[in-house]
Amino acid sequence: MSGFVNIVLIVLAAVFVNNYVLSQFLGICPFLGVSKKVDTAVGMGLAVVFVMALASAVTYLIQIFILNKLNLAYLQTIVFILVIAALVQFVEMFLQKASPTLYQSLGVYLPLITTNCAVLGVAITNIDRGYNLIETIFNGVGGALGFTLSIVLFAGIRERMELADIPECLKGFPIAMISAGLMALAFLGFQGLIQL
Amino acid sequence: MKRFLEVLKNGIITENPTFRLVLGTCPTLAVTTSAINGVGMGVSTMAVLICSNLFISLLRNVIPSKVRIPCFVVVIATFVTIVQMLLEAYVPSLHQSLGLYIPLIVVNCIILGRAEAFASKNSVVLSIADGIGMGIGFTFALTIMGAIREILGAGTIFGINILGSSFEPVLVMILAPGAFFVYGGLIGILNKIQEKAAVK
Repeated sequence: MSGFVNIVLIVLAAVFVNNYVLSQFLGICPFLGVSKKVDTAVGMGLAVVFVMALASAVTYLIQIFILNKLNLAYLQTIVFILVIAALVQFVEMFLQKASPTLYQSLGVYLPLITTNCAVLGVAITNIDRGYNLIETIFNGVGGALGFTLSIVLFAGIRERMELADIPECLKGFPIAMISAGLMALAFLGFQGLIQL
Repeated sequence: MKRFLEVLKNGIITENPTFRLVLGTCPTLAVTTSAINGVGMGVSTMAVLICSNLFISLLRNVIPSKVRIPCFVVVIATFVTIVQMLLEAYVPSLHQSLGLYIPLIVVNCIILGRAEAFASKNSVVLSIADGIGMGIGFTFALTIMGAIREILGAGTIFGINILGSSFEPVLVMILAPGAFFVYGGLIGILNKIQEKAAVK
């Protein structure tokens, strides 16, 4: 029972309280880059959920069974980034064979995920916090769901903003930043909801 | 020598990575809660940038173009690990406050971007100049952001109180939303200045 509650808490904390985009600033590049339309934002979000859960599990196993066993913990950064890059490539090839329709819809977003710092960030956070395998996977899924939630909401706001009358010098990037700030302010309301 | 200075200036002003190219937004937003953190992050990134530019430029004729991205990433990750170890040994307090964002220098788009766009095509000396220029530009931008947020959010700069005890700190500025506001506002102001300059 307490194990189950613990996992629910980890997921809720990753989605709302420690939202990777709005409170930890990880994955800002895709957050700004692919949030012009709601459809593409949903596609990107789904691709991230998939990769982040997988990457969390794989990097965790590598850390425990290879790096820690051989006293190679200092190679963490190098090994993790290579594993994530290889994993993204592998997922792409696998989807192409196994499910062409899913590949078609996620296609463009998959390679972009390698440069998503949230994936590496989650992998390192899992190790730093000393999670076990199940907690690691759920933290990955929760983090990715939080990413999806914020990118989809943000895309909705940006679609409306296309028609708004804003000062010339704030068009494009600056207004996107300021609206992201307002969203972060709203998410600040979740702070203190869960103590980890 | 003239070309060297040109490349240097290009990195600091004309193509400032933070304000003009809008690269490396994650660390820009995340670590600028105070001016000193901004300087620390900027200098660490600069060190990695100079070393990786140097080595990638040296190896530019050896690395096959098909696998260049993984090769670049390995070079960058190596230097990031070295910087991380040096910080942990000599400035543990900075290492503590930058935390997770040090290993994340690997995925800073500025470094991979410069490796791909500059170091893999230019001579060693020019690549070092590019690394120094971009590094200074990035450090400068981060320090400004950090200073603004620290002054507004805590009334201090580099830890020294400048606004007196009557100043009520705007706490939100050193929390997450403040980062977005300051960054968006600064770019907006720069656009306005550029607009005016263009009219003249």
